Amino acid sequence: MVEALQSPAQATYWLISGQTLFVTLNLLGLACFAYIVTKRLTPLMRGERDIRFDRPFIRLERFLQFWLGQWKHPRYRVAGTIHIFIFAGFILLATRAFSLLILGMSENFALPGSSVGIGHVYEIIADYAATIVFLCMIAAAARRINFRPARYEVPAKYGTGHKIDAIFLLSLIAILLFSESLFEASKAASLAQQGHTEFLATFSMAWVLQSALSSESLSTLWNLHRGAYLLDVLTFYFLLCYRPFGIQFHVETSLFNVYFAKLDRGTVKPVRWGVTEEHLDQVKSFGVKAFEDFTWKHMLDFYSCADCGRCSDNCPANAVGRPLSPRFLTIKARDYSFQHYPMFGARGNGTALIGGIYSEDEVWSCTTCGACEEECPLLIEYIDKIVDLRRGLVDDGNVPKSIQKALKALEGRGNPYGKMEKKRADWARAEDFLATCDVKVLNGKKTAGTLYFVDSITSYDDRIQAIGRATARILDNVGNDFGILGAAEKDSGHEVRRFGEETLFMALRDNNVDAIKASNVQRIVTADPHAYNALKHDYKDVPPVEHISQVIAREVKTGNLKLNPVENQDNVYAYHDPCYLGRHNQVYDDPREVLDAIPGLRRVEMSRCRDRSFCCGGGGLMLFYEPKEEQRMGVKRVQMAAEAGANVIVTACPFCMVNMEDAIKVAGMEGKMTAIDLAELVAQQMVSNSPTDESSADRLAEADRLVTA
Amino acid sequence: MEILVCVRRVPDTSENEIQLNAAGNDIERDDLVYSVNEPDNYAVEEALQIAAKVGGNVTVVTVGGEDDEEVLRREMAMGANQGALISDGAFNGSDGKGIATVLKAFVQKGKYDLVLTGIQAEDGGAQVGGMLAALLDYPFASLVNSISVLDGGKLKVSREIEGGNKEMSEIDLPCVLSIQTGINEPRYVGMRGIRQVASVEIPTYNASELGVAPATVGEAGSKVKRVDYFVPALGKGAEMLQGDREEIIAKLIELMKAKGGMN
Repeated sequence: MVEALQSPAQATYWLISGQTLFVTLNLLGLACFAYIVTKRLTPLMRGERDIRFDRPFIRLERFLQFWLGQWKHPRYRVAGTIHIFIFAGFILLATRAFSLLILGMSENFALPGSSVGIGHVYEIIADYAATIVFLCMIAAAARRINFRPARYEVPAKYGTGHKIDAIFLLSLIAILLFSESLFEASKAASLAQQGHTEFLATFSMAWVLQSALSSESLSTLWNLHRGAYLLDVLTFYFLLCYRPFGIQFHVETSLFNVYFAKLDRGTVKPVRWGVTEEHLDQVKSFGVKAFEDFTWKHMLDFYSCADCGRCSDNCPANAVGRPLSPRFLTIKARDYSFQHYPMFGARGNGTALIGGIYSEDEVWSCTTCGACEEECPLLIEYIDKIVDLRRGLVDDGNVPKSIQKALKALEGRGNPYGKMEKKRADWARAEDFLATCDVKVLNGKKTAGTLYFVDSITSYDDRIQAIGRATARILDNVGNDFGILGAAEKDSGHEVRRFGEETLFMALRDNNVDAIKASNVQRIVTADPHAYNALKHDYKDVPPVEHISQVIAREVKTGNLKLNPVENQDNVYAYHDPCYLGRHNQVYDDPREVLDAIPGLRRVEMSRCRDRSFCCGGGGLMLFYEPKEEQRMGVKRVQMAAEAGANVIVTACPFCMVNMEDAIKVAGMEGKMTAIDLAELVAQQMVSNSPTDESSADRLAEADRLVTA
Repeated sequence: MEILVCVRRVPDTSENEIQLNAAGNDIERDDLVYSVNEPDNYAVEEALQIAAKVGGNVTVVTVGGEDDEEVLRREMAMGANQGALISDGAFNGSDGKGIATVLKAFVQKGKYDLVLTGIQAEDGGAQVGGMLAALLDYPFASLVNSISVLDGGKLKVSREIEGGNKEMSEIDLPCVLSIQTGINEPRYVGMRGIRQVASVEIPTYNASELGVAPATVGEAGSKVKRVDYFVPALGKGAEMLQGDREEIIAKLIELMKAKGGMN
């Protein structure tokens, strides 16, 4: 033992022995942290139930991918890279930080293995890790101060900026790392002066400090050594206890948030976890009205937000100036929680969330496109919260008039337009179409292997009916024995559910499930991604469902469906990923493969494509909502297509078609840009497989006559 | 405050394709979707808001048959405390005065401070509110688009005047008001709400229970009889302006000037 440099446990601080001081500080720090965390957990205990303890292996796998593997971070190159370095540094330094804390209480404490080779290697790695994280802190602070990305801005309506808080936290971490290195460097410098060498990683912060301190006196070094240690311990506990008051809490909560994250894409949480549909009538209140109506996991989401702004940076509602920003949906709820569950004193009175921290328009502005959830590195959920807030509004009768009308029509007629049920199959009776493609109505007398689930917009909208006819032609051409439900089909209810009208959704679903079962089909095809998502995720006990793009892709691959070359080779096509086909169901490649199978078709990608696709403006009931916005989402989207050099937008969703065609008109791009559905394009390009026997030739001739007449 | 709201079940104009029947004296009533007469929803919402503000009880009443019970349930799901169905074969074919006579008898059975009706039934002629007030000898205001409760048994109401003006009046209670749409935003009633009131008992009253003489109502008492029902011939179709945006705007301005819509 070198006389001049003792362990901090043996040091004396203002007449108090180091050991006593550090035992006290450690206990005090831990007690404070435990108290704070207990207080933070209080609302979670009062929150609604949420079933998240199932499927541990899948959860573990996702934990390793998204937490340890930092999977989402590189989506933002600079910030993501800095974060990965900081994260890796934290993981590496955790061991050293804890062993250092123990050193203040037990003078000769050393981690097992620290005196052998592996221990030295760890020390070297830790030295470099600390240096890199320290530099990352400087880089992150510089970004906050000088090269601030727009997504960090806080609009005035959401309060003041978070810059000071962020820089304060970055400084604390930097101080922690600096004090650790100073502690090491002063010891090494002191040893060096006495002829001992302690190896510090070359060019690491500790190494630089050691070089700087090499000529200091032993007493100065000793003071620096014990001073650095005290600073380290104080900073460590200050940081630990300060984190639960802001964005840094994610250091702890992310572990749980990622592990307990939602596993099932495309689904919506039940009204109440653990309450079966038969017992829903006994639930007094639906949805989220007060803070405590959120589930514990959703509250954990609020704590876990790191305020990185990626959700809102990708939110189409935010981009067009609707009064919604997913980031502030979370931040406002977190602030509410902190305010109403204070560290000291009584709990605040639970005030209503709507009208308090959220506005009705905010809650109705979401198209449930899922861009925010796709981006969040911490896997925070938004759609379920929005749906729960809407359920609360619907339960209290607060529904915008335009949506009320559509819901009422859905209740009365099974479609949001209030059209007659008996006219649901009229799209297939257009004379010229009927002559060449007779679509069966599966009403008990006729049967088929495949059901084409049409859904409301394709059944009734004059423009969109063409997508229905194109879909039927394709199915017919590939020899698929299919039929439709006709008047027995009702709206899939996909948006009814996502607009918070659970009871009406259940009625629509039950009707459709009964009708589907009665039709005895083995599989379902739809050209509407919203219906596809509903049938796949919201309905139970129905045959497997495919989107028409999947069917086409398969038939093209097997050679059963052949496509003619495009006529105008100057056209440039861009595929727009519908949210409920892409993000929610991961069907990205099939539609692209189909397009690429059309000879001579030139295709470009928009900068926002695949899982970063930009919502067209929303489907289903969203078409009935009159949002407060500066611009239409669709207009932004067609501009993106133009920027990519395309003049034809191909989509695979009837609602995208409505929004795109409107947007082309609004943007004044008629003649310069057109929109076409994938099914329409394929029906137009496909080589007819139908036998050219006399009777069908006659029928075709007859059809031509009807069309010209 | 005891509030009575008179409601009516009508074919929903937004969810039906209204067509004449073969005889040409009525609409085709097969496959129709019915709902609460739209203005009545506003009247019920207003009653609920008044009751929430000053306390009280809201009753909804309709004259009709068993099928009409559904509109009472819908309004009860909205928040009305009770419903009453007035039903008697003798009421069939009543004109506006007949319905007003029946409602008058019902009002006099209870103690209501305020009676509201919608401005008019979608298939009616805006008669009942005024006639009911006259039969009861109550003060009446029509086209009401705001109500505030004053002290001393009075209301302050505003009425819509042609050209968007408003007339403010004080009116003594008890009174009858016919409510204009737009006075409020009626709350949404979902299936869940209706299911929750599905088993609530709704009392039914017939002519003798109300003390209504059959000769004064129904077809017997009707002095107004519908003789025909027709769809007016379509006027000239809309004119679609052709050309690019600038040309269309120029043509539109020209047309508006020509037709006196613009100086």
